Amino acid sequence: MAKYIGKRLIYMVITLALIATFTFFLMKILPGSPVASADKLSPEQRAVVEARYGLDKPLPVQYFDYMFGLVQGDLGISINQFKGADVTDVILSRMGPSAQIGFQGMVLGTVLGILLGMIAALRQNTWIDYTSTFVAIVGISIPSFVFASLLQYWFGLKWDLFPVALWKDGFMSSVLPSVALAMFPLATAARFIRTEMIEVLGSDYITLAKAKGASGSEIAFKHAFRNALIPLITVLGPMAVAILTGSLVVEQIFAIPGIGEQFVKSIMVNDFAIIMGTTIFFSVFLIVIILLVDILYGVIDPRIRLSGGKN
Amino acid sequence: MTQKFDKIPELPKGSFERITLDAKQAERITKPSVSFWQDAWYRIRKNKGALLSLILFGLIVIMSFLGPVISPYEPNAQTITHANLPPKVPGIEKLGILNGVGTLGGEKVDLYELKNVEVNYWFGTDGLGRDMFSRVWKGTQVSLFIAFVAAAIDMLIGVIYGGVSGYFGGRVDDIMQRIVEILTGIPNLVVVILFILIMDPGILAIIIALTITGWTGMSRVVRGQVLKYKSQEFVLAARTLGASDSRIIWKHLMPNVLGVIIINTMFTIPSAIFFEAFLSFIGLGLQAPDASLGTLINDGYALIQFAPHILAFPAILLSLIMIAFNLIGDGLRDALDPKMKD
Repeated sequence: MAKYIGKRLIYMVITLALIATFTFFLMKILPGSPVASADKLSPEQRAVVEARYGLDKPLPVQYFDYMFGLVQGDLGISINQFKGADVTDVILSRMGPSAQIGFQGMVLGTVLGILLGMIAALRQNTWIDYTSTFVAIVGISIPSFVFASLLQYWFGLKWDLFPVALWKDGFMSSVLPSVALAMFPLATAARFIRTEMIEVLGSDYITLAKAKGASGSEIAFKHAFRNALIPLITVLGPMAVAILTGSLVVEQIFAIPGIGEQFVKSIMVNDFAIIMGTTIFFSVFLIVIILLVDILYGVIDPRIRLSGGKN
Repeated sequence: MTQKFDKIPELPKGSFERITLDAKQAERITKPSVSFWQDAWYRIRKNKGALLSLILFGLIVIMSFLGPVISPYEPNAQTITHANLPPKVPGIEKLGILNGVGTLGGEKVDLYELKNVEVNYWFGTDGLGRDMFSRVWKGTQVSLFIAFVAAAIDMLIGVIYGGVSGYFGGRVDDIMQRIVEILTGIPNLVVVILFILIMDPGILAIIIALTITGWTGMSRVVRGQVLKYKSQEFVLAARTLGASDSRIIWKHLMPNVLGVIIINTMFTIPSAIFFEAFLSFIGLGLQAPDASLGTLINDGYALIQFAPHILAFPAILLSLIMIAFNLIGDGLRDALDPKMKD
């Protein structure tokens, strides 16, 4: 186990270094100067600005400065969107709303999905099962931004049940975005739990439990559900990826001052420091989540041979 | 549990007949032999969802080519006086839907009458007076094109990479797998956005961004399958008989791996469609006046309050394509998955 975690950590560091290097040189080869309206500046002014951003040093020095800063959590300085602010501060200040809707969406989706999947498995091949399968397919298929605009149009605009946008009414503002983000985890969990439950329900130890006279609910919860739940951990990684991807557009649609909304804006105004910083932040977030999920799975289910890797 | 039989009922003579087993008959094949693909087609046909999706998808593909042609308007032709018209379809307008009635200043009015428009726009028009019907179908065509090309490239690279890695094994496999492990560590979203930023926005940029690491999934699946089959007896037999590497790969391994390749591709296509729409929505997609489903949804979203039809049609179409593809993929997986045959 320790060896496996060590190996994964090394890969993680290599991957992150690669992403950081790639983004750094990408910023260098992109056309135009990061200094706004560089042509209008006198050579002296230009030199001052370039010194401020460390652009006067040779490229390798800039690269090592950047990498060294990264290790210390310094993502550089915003160039035009948040004039001169530390990228790290910008990201941290915007983490709250993103984390809230992401977390709420994840919990809501997973819990509802588990319930839906469980009911479907216990009532296999009835209308309940078909409805749940249909909901799951729709949830996986419809992109979150389509779903988010539908929610905004009907629940916000037409029926006026929730705020249409902005982050002003506390929890109420977070409801629609969370629901929009919850669709994918809901659908994934429902599909996954249904398949797992049906498989578990057909296994020998369930037959034994029945033979020993266990009641229906006892079998469903104590035996089947618990064993079906463990493999769900494996899809937590993809769910987190989907939530993060979805948050870019959902925050945009509901005008939530989160990381995703700011990322999309920084793309529009070409603030490369913010784009790079956020990219690296996203990468770290996702890579750590996936690593944690893999380790967690190994700890909970000892049958998994970690050293062998996934098929 | 003991049961007593007082008397065994007598069976009349002649109830049983002795048959003789013919050793030759035992070997006789009573049913015509079914090939793997016939069997798969049989299973797909029984799966109503997949079959319906296949028909629906076929219709969408036909319409994506036919739509812009049968519409009297060019996808990019602007008629400013006809801007933001709601959909109007002659024939079903009497049903109260698609009748050209829209809201203006809070009241429902027939905007066609108001603006003196004699012609009909089946899907309405957008903010620049462009015909949504031809734009939506043209956009569908572009979205499908991007998805299919991206999926085909993913498949090609993935199959070759995974095949070589799995078949040759050893040091080659080791190095190739380390590379894949690092590449798969990079989140897809990050790769796609970074690559779009370097390149000029357009169809080519999106395809390259989608495929740059997209093939790793396919390569892993193919490698796993090749590893599984290459150690089996039929491959050993072929090798003993002097078959070359390329013959073993193409004649013996490929037919076995093909099912998995198809299933994987069927799931790559919807994810490519999704990413294209996603990129367009955050402003990294095609540039005006070119349209894909994603850019149409993005344009429509801006006008959701006044002219919801501009968002509705591309959004419905995108959702239908995604649902159809997921159902076809599920159906194919059930039909082709070798595990189900055991």
